[in-house]
Amino acid sequence: MAEVAQTTAGRTRGMGELIDVEGKTTEIAPFGTTLAALAAERPEIVGLTADMGRYSDILPFRDAFPSRFFNVGMAEQDLIMIAAGLSKVGKIAYCTTYSVFITRRAYDFVAIACAHSKANVKIFAGMPGLVNGYGATHQATEDLNMMRGIADLTIIDPCDATELKQVVRAVADIPGTVYVRSLRGKVPVELNADYRFELGKAKVLREGSAVGIISCGYMSMRARDAADIAAGQGVDAAVLHVGTIKPFDRDGVVAFAAGFDRLIVAENHKTTGGLASLVVEALYDAGIMTPMIKIGLADSFFECGSQEYLEAKYEVDLPRFVRAILENR
Amino acid sequence: MKSRNHPPEHPDIAALKLRALNLRRLMLDMASGKGEGYIAQGLGIADCLAALYFHELRYDPAAPDWSDRDRFVLSTGHYAIAMYAVLAEAGYLPIRELASYGLNGSRLPMSTFDDTPGIEMVGGSLGHGLGQSVGMAIGLRLDGSSARVFNELSDGELQEGSTWEAAMGAATFKLDNLVAVIDCNGIQADGPVTVKIDPVADKFIAFGWEAVEIDGNDMQALVTALGNAREANGRPKAIVLRTLPGKGVPTLERRERAHFVRVANDEWDLLKTELETHHG
Repeated sequence: MAEVAQTTAGRTRGMGELIDVEGKTTEIAPFGTTLAALAAERPEIVGLTADMGRYSDILPFRDAFPSRFFNVGMAEQDLIMIAAGLSKVGKIAYCTTYSVFITRRAYDFVAIACAHSKANVKIFAGMPGLVNGYGATHQATEDLNMMRGIADLTIIDPCDATELKQVVRAVADIPGTVYVRSLRGKVPVELNADYRFELGKAKVLREGSAVGIISCGYMSMRARDAADIAAGQGVDAAVLHVGTIKPFDRDGVVAFAAGFDRLIVAENHKTTGGLASLVVEALYDAGIMTPMIKIGLADSFFECGSQEYLEAKYEVDLPRFVRAILENR
Repeated sequence: MKSRNHPPEHPDIAALKLRALNLRRLMLDMASGKGEGYIAQGLGIADCLAALYFHELRYDPAAPDWSDRDRFVLSTGHYAIAMYAVLAEAGYLPIRELASYGLNGSRLPMSTFDDTPGIEMVGGSLGHGLGQSVGMAIGLRLDGSSARVFNELSDGELQEGSTWEAAMGAATFKLDNLVAVIDCNGIQADGPVTVKIDPVADKFIAFGWEAVEIDGNDMQALVTALGNAREANGRPKAIVLRTLPGKGVPTLERRERAHFVRVANDEWDLLKTELETHHG
């Protein structure tokens, strides 16, 4: 598998890297560098991968702590079982591979060996949603839907390098099993230095009055970019970032939504079973029936192609966001 | 029972056989109380559990979380009846609590949960035990602990592909502190084992393990194999047990559908009498 993916613009970037880097400050491998630093303070941390060390950014940890790093090969069930076993003898096991392989292939092991067993396993799942251009086999477009069905599992979808780094540290102290939709390669640094990730708390990233955007993952960054563009055309949108998918911040989402006549929900995931479904459930229970546009993926399998091509084709790109804010469609 | 030391060089085989008989008695008591259960598998594995808990394993029932204890990981959660018998006999559970086996609200459910004292893993979903044992063995070695990990799994369970992922991993990571005891009793839920799995020992040898096949109801063979498995030579060890479902109770030994046993209320006393008559 080639490390470098060709983009439609003719330039190159690392496979699975975000396209939202133009003109932005980025940080390379924030997951791996933060894990290596944290592991220097926490000797109980071990790191694992299933033949996806390079593409999950865990190599800085491997290089710093080779005796605490284990590559189990292309064996995702084994990855999760071994991580659970390590947890049972007192370790905090950070493990990585692509989101698809964790969720579709190792589901029973995440559910029973980890979540049910309260195993201290922290899964950093790479290239969620459309971030991978290798087609449906590599695109975890239903992972939130699957994983939210597991009891006692924490699910986090960070939006940039700043939040991802805080999450790497935070999960070490969150008991039990955590599933994180990780970001790799050159990751934009967009949040202010005073941003603080809080488990189960949605955060307002941008104030506004005309329309409320509720989003998760790196779509929150795109929502903010789109809101800035729309503000220049006289429509002021607010952005609520739902960094924790489970436990879901129902109260925060309801309080935010109550302030708007129009809502947009955006996610790097199908519009069924993920954030949009969670928001609809919360608002319905609260008696709120505000009109809502869902930006996300259809219930389908998706093509191979560059991220630019795929996001435009499946209508989750920046112009789609701007249109939704300005034209209410 | 408290065993924090290495096992004796000269095991008392007669005493171990008596332990196994006691385990079978406890299991029949539990099954008759519930009226049903996975009793055949339990009777078959009783000798192995007696050899492990009263000869080979180091543990302290007063301190179930002792960090340097040897781990016994029961992968086949439905063998719970056998585990509760041996945990009671070893002092982890009060004998009188066994009467609650399989009852609603009991902490001795028909498939193992890890909140029961002495149970190391949530059992029930097959193909989980060997991989988790690999993780435990890696972690214990990382800590410089001399504790070892013993994983029970079954012949039917070898049909789960995850077991072979774990078998490869154990050899790759050179886990000589890991011993798999593989209960080959020839049955699975739908009847006799349906997929060809023999030769089991040769498969593990081909995967980089040391493996031996023994009569799993022969106490001397069990303690010898467990003794040989102590060798620190960079390879995980597999002991393939050929066991007889229902062992010790002829009526159950002859039973064709042995995976899950239901017996009429008035027949349990007959089975108990058979056990007392035929043991030894």
